[in-house]
Amino acid sequence: MANSSTLKTTETADHELVAASASGEVASFEAEKLSLVEKGHRFFHANPTAAPAIVLLLAVIVFSLIIGDRFLTPFNMSLILQQVTIIGILGIAQTLIILTAGIDLSVGAIMVLTSVVMGKMAIDIGLPPEISLLIGIATGALAGYINGLLVTLFRLPPFIVTLGTWNIFFALNLWYSKSETIRSQAIEQTAPLLHWTGRTIELFGAKLTYGSLLMLALFALIWYALNWTAWGKHVYATGDDPGAASLAGIRTNRILMSVYIVAGAICAIAAWALIGRIGSVSPQAGMTANLDSITAVVIGGCSLFGGRGSIFGTLIGALVVGVFRNGLALAGVDVLWQEFTVGLLIIVAVGMDQWIRRV
Amino acid sequence: MNIEKATVLQARGLVKRYGHVTALDGADFDLYPGEILAVIGDNGAGKSSLIKALSGALVPDRGTVKLDNETVNFKSPMDARNAGIETVYQNLAVAPSLDIADNLYLGREQLRPGILGTVFRMLDKKAMHDNARQKLSELGLLTIQNINQAVETLSGGQRQGVAVARSAAFAKHVVIMDEPTAALGVKESRRVLNLIKDVRDRGLSVVLISHNMPHVFEVADRIHIHRLGKRHAVIRPDTHTMSEAVAIMTGALDPHEHAAGAFAA
Ligand SMILES: Nc1ncnc2c1ncn2[C@@H]1O[C@H](COP(=O)(O)OP(=O)(O)OP(=O)(O)O)[C@@H](O)[C@H]1O
Ligand SMILES: [Mg+2]
Repeated sequence: MANSSTLKTTETADHELVAASASGEVASFEAEKLSLVEKGHRFFHANPTAAPAIVLLLAVIVFSLIIGDRFLTPFNMSLILQQVTIIGILGIAQTLIILTAGIDLSVGAIMVLTSVVMGKMAIDIGLPPEISLLIGIATGALAGYINGLLVTLFRLPPFIVTLGTWNIFFALNLWYSKSETIRSQAIEQTAPLLHWTGRTIELFGAKLTYGSLLMLALFALIWYALNWTAWGKHVYATGDDPGAASLAGIRTNRILMSVYIVAGAICAIAAWALIGRIGSVSPQAGMTANLDSITAVVIGGCSLFGGRGSIFGTLIGALVVGVFRNGLALAGVDVLWQEFTVGLLIIVAVGMDQWIRRV
Repeated sequence: MNIEKATVLQARGLVKRYGHVTALDGADFDLYPGEILAVIGDNGAGKSSLIKALSGALVPDRGTVKLDNETVNFKSPMDARNAGIETVYQNLAVAPSLDIADNLYLGREQLRPGILGTVFRMLDKKAMHDNARQKLSELGLLTIQNINQAVETLSGGQRQGVAVARSAAFAKHVVIMDEPTAALGVKESRRVLNLIKDVRDRGLSVVLISHNMPHVFEVADRIHIHRLGKRHAVIRPDTHTMSEAVAIMTGALDPHEHAAGAFAA
């Protein structure tokens, strides 16, 4: 042992002399020759939304060719936008959770529960619609807070936590609503604000709902928060490697809590869009919304392992699903093939993610 | 022991248990102003646990930590950082999907001046990128083609360069480095050693954990030998040889039997 250490010193001196006389450049490579696959890999790695955007573009082109004029009209495009509004908004909440390497199975249940709260407050209790709306959003935030607390304080896996709260929130929703629907007419008379998201404005033949515009505004807002604030950087860092993030000084539990609370509040905004879309408040609405929101996020290129993905990917993901459903329906294809296609898209998207994540 | 000198960072009787494993078993620690203190010890001796207890990354079960002679209770690495202690952890603590500039500024982001910063909390990306580029080139640690490059696309050594640069660029009081040259090439290691000396010459104190004896003996003012979760001895490069240090570290030599004693300050 002793000999080897002393030997090392003299050796060190020599080889360091050589190193010192070398050029100052730190290892650089000759202009690299990359295969097409490697180039593609780099491109998709640097641009996570590129793959879903290409799929969306191809889908639009192919359906235009098959279906003809009826497909690529402003009216039909705005119809697709209307159809993806609720899933899109829930997808924003889901994206935030998935970026932290979690998953939220309760988004649909939070949406339905908060829609019932909004309806009950406005119609049964007779509060002003603005206040009812705010109470609904606060309820959503509280539901998210409960999820966040279970994930951070009790260190339970998000999948299990939200599987549990999904059932709990849904049961609460049935109990509170007594499984009764609040009729559209009653809402229109006493709380028209709750229907605002369903109203349309016409623009070059497109029929845009305020709900769709609200969705786009929310996407822009969360995009800003994720990309232009420290909070956003911390969300990515926490999802990427929570241990490293906390050593780097980030209070990861606080970040997780904030993400779950914001996600809950966004689900309540989806509830508003839901009321506008179906007119009534139904405790049975939006049953498939949970999984559809995950589908949009996954097709949008967000990694289920956290820390990777972009919020606009989710918008594109939701649009891809919307375009396929709409296009296949217009082409007269049976509904079951729509489900089949969406299933294929999910698997392809996850496969792509596995490939892209490799550095 | 000799007369008490003012310490920058001091610990007494630190204990940390992980289930049945005792990582720290009543460890003491002293760091003086403007010195480079090397910490050496076998794998699993508890070196990383010691510096984590000093930097807020773990809360010890027992024991006290004093910064400038005042007891501190760091609850998180952020607390230590706010007190001017920067740390390079053995596992680097970088966020792979964020870029180099983001990583340098992680947890201390700069906001835009005016209403954009105060109300909209908007990041000053340009300033952070420019400063990051400047800091990296000043340190001469790594040439980076693109400051917007995700850290996951860097080599292991380059990532270590980012972590070292982060600590050196922001330190105000103490820099702690846990094996900062483990993944580095000869030339890059040399730069880090020079950087450590520069940091000391700026008047800061440095704690360097390393398994590389020539490096330790070259830069250290004092050497803290850690063994079985405790401070076993403190020696100086001019009182002990490398082989004696290794012998003490492995338990082959009783430090008290050495002419210079177990705690040469
Ligand atoms: N998070 C942890 N959970 C359980 N045991 C741990 C943990 N961290 C450290 N230990 C244990 O504590 C002991 C000391 O570990 P530590 O990392 O401090 O050693 P070290 O001196 O830094 O070793 P090395 O030179 O290999 O880095 C080891 O036995 C290790 O197994
Ligand atoms: Mg260690």
